[in-house]
Amino acid sequence: MAIAVFALILTRNLFSVIVLSGIYSFLMATILVALDAVDVAMTEASVGAGISTVLLLGALHLCKSKEAKPVHKPWLPLAVSVSTGALLVYGAFGLPEFDDPAAPIHQNVVPRYMQNETDVPNVVTAVLASFRGYDTLGETTVVFTAGAGLIALLRRRKKAAPEGARRKGEA
Amino acid sequence: MVGHFFYIITVFLMIAGLFIIIARGNLIKKLVGLSIFQTSVYMLYIVPGKLVGGTAPILSSQYTLYSNPLPHVLILTAIVVGVATLALGLALAVRIREAYGSIEEDEILARDHAVRATEAAKEEYA
Amino acid sequence: MSNDLVLRVIGRLLIPFILLFALYVQFHGDFGPGGGFQAGVIIAAGLIFFALTHGVNTVRKVVPDWLVETMVASGVLIYAGVGLAGLLFGGNYLDYFVLDHNPVHGQHRGIFWVEVGVATTVSGVMLKIYYMFASRSGLED
Repeated sequence: MAIAVFALILTRNLFSVIVLSGIYSFLMATILVALDAVDVAMTEASVGAGISTVLLLGALHLCKSKEAKPVHKPWLPLAVSVSTGALLVYGAFGLPEFDDPAAPIHQNVVPRYMQNETDVPNVVTAVLASFRGYDTLGETTVVFTAGAGLIALLRRRKKAAPEGARRKGEA
Repeated sequence: MVGHFFYIITVFLMIAGLFIIIARGNLIKKLVGLSIFQTSVYMLYIVPGKLVGGTAPILSSQYTLYSNPLPHVLILTAIVVGVATLALGLALAVRIREAYGSIEEDEILARDHAVRATEAAKEEYA
Repeated sequence: MSNDLVLRVIGRLLIPFILLFALYVQFHGDFGPGGGFQAGVIIAAGLIFFALTHGVNTVRKVVPDWLVETMVASGVLIYAGVGLAGLLFGGNYLDYFVLDHNPVHGQHRGIFWVEVGVATTVSGVMLKIYYMFASRSGLED
């Protein structure tokens, strides 16, 4: 996965970047299965590797497929990223360890979710639709809003103005 | 150290995404960087929920130890919302390409400056 | 790509199975991995696959724009409607226990309709996004 990420950073051909990000998504889905998050892995495989790749390719079709050579030296961004990363790693050592059953994440509401009040064996579905119904309603609304925004941005006007006039109006 | 190893991986993915967002001028590349950043957040949520020896949170009489389902729920919706916002970003990139003829940040800025310079010159002339 | 015989035939053969799998994921989400989000995405992915091999306009005939836009909105309305149903039966908003005489059955019913709403919105939005990009780029042929 690290190789895929490095290749992503270095490649300038946008087509390979998109294919690499699809590969990256599949690797991510594999890791998620290993971490017992089967529902998430399924979503990541279909969304990350399927839909986003198609969308990125569709957008690429409308734009140039070659990234320009960077004009700035990458040292400043590199320094910013690495120092942020060092700070985050330092902070991470204060967090609970991996596979610690006493960690706060396993303590608060989760034991109640596990009692199977709804008689739905897949706890993820039960929590998603029932216990956290408000959350999911909000998420569905966000997806709806993104779709509406996209329609507003990309819908062709019924009577298209002449190309030159439209350009001037937008610039 | 071993117990915190996954945080280091998460942070690596995070700074890789951050670096792409800051250092690259291409808008599509920036969006790919953003989605890498996003996957690092998935890791950050999912990994603490894993218990070694546990199984996926689908209740059955054969198992007693399950991984934590709560982060799964949060991230599941985050992925779908993520792709919807990615599409919104791509739509913006496409519109920018139509208006400016480019999706490189520097060229867009240069064009903006050029337009502003011509307008200033026109005002001076008038 | 739309002229490749192998892809066209495979696209035609696979589409029923993809949609069937999506329905399985949708309705088996209570017992195994799956649910509305995944099913919606799989439906959209299957139709996009068909659109890639046979052209967008073929899919547009089956799933026209007005239908997709209705799906986008109606999914959220179904979801919110389940919440209102909870109010009408004398519970709280999004309270499923009151939807049936047997509270556990009420939960099942509530979760079922909520998942239907989610799947409708998600597949509608994904399809709409693809339609928008495809009609911009002249991929229709």
